[in-house]
Amino acid sequence: MTLDPKAQAALALHRFGFGPRAGTIATIASDPRGALLAELDRPGIGRLTDPDLFTTGEAARAVFDYRQERKAARLIERAEREATSQTPTPAPTPTPQAGMEKDAKPEAAPAPKAAPQPPIPQQIYLEEAKVRFDAALAAELGFVERLVWFWSNHFCVSADKVRPFAGAYEREAIRAHVLGRFADMLLAVEQHPAMLVYLDNARSIGPKSPAGVNRGRGLNENLAREILELHTVGVRSVYTQPDVTNFAKVITGWTVIAPRQDPARGGEFSFNVRMHEPGAQTVIGKSYPDTGIEQGRAVLADLAKHPATAKHLATKLARHFVADTPSPALVGVLSRRFLDTGGDLKEMAKALVTSPEAWDAPRGKLKRPSEWIVSSMRATGVPVPDIRPILNAQNLLGEPLWRPPAPKGFPDDAASWLDGLAQRLDIANQLARRVGGLVDPEQTTDAALGPLASEQTRQTIKRAESRPQALALLLMAPEFQRR
Amino acid sequence: MTNNNTIGRLHAPSRRELLLASGVLFAWAHMPKLALAEGRDPRLLVVVLRGALDGLAAVAPVGDQDWVKLRGDKALLLDGPTPALALDNFFALNPAMPNLHRLYQAKQAAIVHAAATPYRERSHFDGQDVLESGLSRPGTTDTGWLNRALGAIEPAGRVGGKQAFAVGPVTPLVVRGPAPVMSWTPPRLQPASDDTIARLLDLYRHTDPALARALEERMGLAAIARAGGMTDAMAPPKPGQPRPAGAGAQVKAYFAEAAGAAAKFMARPDGPRVGALAFDGWDTHADEGALNGRLAILLSALDGALAAIETGMGGAWGQAVVAIVTEFGRTARINGTDGTDHGTATVALLAGGAVKGGRVIADWPGLKQLHDGRDLKPTTDLRAVLKGVLRDHLRVGDNALAAKVFPDSGAVKPMGGLVG
Repeated sequence: MTLDPKAQAALALHRFGFGPRAGTIATIASDPRGALLAELDRPGIGRLTDPDLFTTGEAARAVFDYRQERKAARLIERAEREATSQTPTPAPTPTPQAGMEKDAKPEAAPAPKAAPQPPIPQQIYLEEAKVRFDAALAAELGFVERLVWFWSNHFCVSADKVRPFAGAYEREAIRAHVLGRFADMLLAVEQHPAMLVYLDNARSIGPKSPAGVNRGRGLNENLAREILELHTVGVRSVYTQPDVTNFAKVITGWTVIAPRQDPARGGEFSFNVRMHEPGAQTVIGKSYPDTGIEQGRAVLADLAKHPATAKHLATKLARHFVADTPSPALVGVLSRRFLDTGGDLKEMAKALVTSPEAWDAPRGKLKRPSEWIVSSMRATGVPVPDIRPILNAQNLLGEPLWRPPAPKGFPDDAASWLDGLAQRLDIANQLARRVGGLVDPEQTTDAALGPLASEQTRQTIKRAESRPQALALLLMAPEFQRR
Repeated sequence: MTNNNTIGRLHAPSRRELLLASGVLFAWAHMPKLALAEGRDPRLLVVVLRGALDGLAAVAPVGDQDWVKLRGDKALLLDGPTPALALDNFFALNPAMPNLHRLYQAKQAAIVHAAATPYRERSHFDGQDVLESGLSRPGTTDTGWLNRALGAIEPAGRVGGKQAFAVGPVTPLVVRGPAPVMSWTPPRLQPASDDTIARLLDLYRHTDPALARALEERMGLAAIARAGGMTDAMAPPKPGQPRPAGAGAQVKAYFAEAAGAAAKFMARPDGPRVGALAFDGWDTHADEGALNGRLAILLSALDGALAAIETGMGGAWGQAVVAIVTEFGRTARINGTDGTDHGTATVALLAGGAVKGGRVIADWPGLKQLHDGRDLKPTTDLRAVLKGVLRDHLRVGDNALAAKVFPDSGAVKPMGGLVG
């Protein structure tokens, strides 16, 4: 390690965490690696315990009730409108609103709209987004939060399809196992209603199952394919199309209870044996007898410990944290630790921060927009009372929260994000104009970059024509963009 | 593979909505009681130019025999290829400011030259702190002179409907302090300035060519996208290439919109009487372009802002003073990159129907003897100008001005006769 301790601390915070807050570089300078390892051992780390957040089931039922109410309101409105139009006396004004308010004065201006509450699914989404962002801001280093974000992106769902469940999904399936066993995370993910809806398995029916025979409906391979291609062994690895089809049959019946069928358990996972394809299935050279739900669990358990899975995950983890093209040595270390420990994700995280390769690689990674936004807010120390501007910034930068363009998740290489640099400048300029008058640029540079700041960057910041410009230049500096 | 969204789509905000968050006009919600008692209803708008305006390029001492020697072919002249606008037999105005010239001729604008704050170093941040805090040296301070001046005025009734203003999250130092201020934001993004982009590109070129390439390409695309219409204050000009015609339209539009809207608020009977605005971008180290480049664009934008203020104030213009100040001036000589570096004395501009205008106020130090061998010598303390305006326009008391508004400035007497 050629870096001095403070430089190593700053590197640790940018590469493995969410970037420094005021003072953190000094706090961990005596042992940056130890600080990262210690964060892994902190009790309850990675969990979010906000009692106001909905479970997936609660969210589903709340949304169902909300839609029922809206539907009822529309029906009433239509009925009243029809009743009004049948009366011989014409209504004072032809607008439906006036029709509803019997004593509305014709000349009255339209009733002022109360500040519109977003629909329930959006309210839940915003609440979850706020709690998640606050956790990233509040974390001492942010290593575990970064791991959460990494695994959440690996196992992504899209809020475009499962808006009210995206946050609960991350808490229930990802955070619960982020330092546990991969096999447990995999099972929690693939049984989660958000994933089952997102990748259509909730509607997949075994052709020879009772439901399939009755309804003439059938298989949907989407989830089975993505489990193999994206979640476990990886594309072009050890499986073929028949493996996909057979695996899809194995997990037929993994579905979600409809709220209208069961008001108490609506929105929760269930194994529906009437949808399940009967019979043994062969997946990647192994035959799995039909043991109902256990048949799918057995396939997932084997996939979780497959060497191809280990290599796939090790490559992605190293690519996310260390380098777009990670060294085979580092991938080998992570993959071996994964296999040696039965897929222990905490051990894998430890292997990452104790590998010299993970520290020695040049700081060539471009931060993803969301990481950059979090690290900017941490560096400036600005409170974030309203999550919406943050979400808007992420939208503008092409990384809308929990809305990846495809099940593959957001990319993790610089080439994908370089084009957004000009938009980052807009955001930096905007943030700096809002808060730049309040922060000292040189102090903030020390706190955010420490010894990582090059002489050129320091001079550029020092010579800026105003504090806001200096702050924008700091946030845009290569040392702050890369890690 | 994914079906249509069945749950609802996040409202994707426009860039415009996104960038609504920064406050620009900061205004006081009261009327000054003493002035009202005199039958006046004064308005004061302070405009801070951040980055240090080259006062010599804005208002040139064409009658000084050393002027051309210092600036060479960059010297603004009455008979140059881009002729300056004569102010008196010694000073001439940059031709990018015809509105200011018109106001000057109508005796509604005055120019104070060779003025400076008490700050004698050359750091923007410290210089702006001194300019805005009103203290005699940089240091920790949470309040600005304008706010403390408001605290020293006996307020008449509160003004300002709740609809017109929102409380801004952060205010600039000059209006920060115990007197409550409100802020309003123009619904337009101030684009990242040419200058910010140029600085960032310069850093990238020296340290990270991949980022430099990416930013250059994006800026190039943006320039193409805007070609023909709103041009392109954002794209940095290629070395050796002239700016496209109409360059700076975005900056001009922004200045005019912010200033004009501020003036409209202040003109209303229930509007604020005192406000402050800040415009960035004046740090012209390279390719200053006083005649037809960057500085000419900025001065033209400022001139447009003045016109927008005059229009926006309407009938209140007769009661208005607009004070335009900057943290320090720039070197008297052109540097090695056709720009100017941080200097000392510069101009302060006063405009408005309440200004006793039509004159350049200067105890001219000459250009033979430069401050530290490089800068225009300061001969007028900017605090004297501001104290004069605050006293005669808003009726802030002498004692408050000397002790509270500009602490330890008892020796700096308010400049009389600027207003009235």
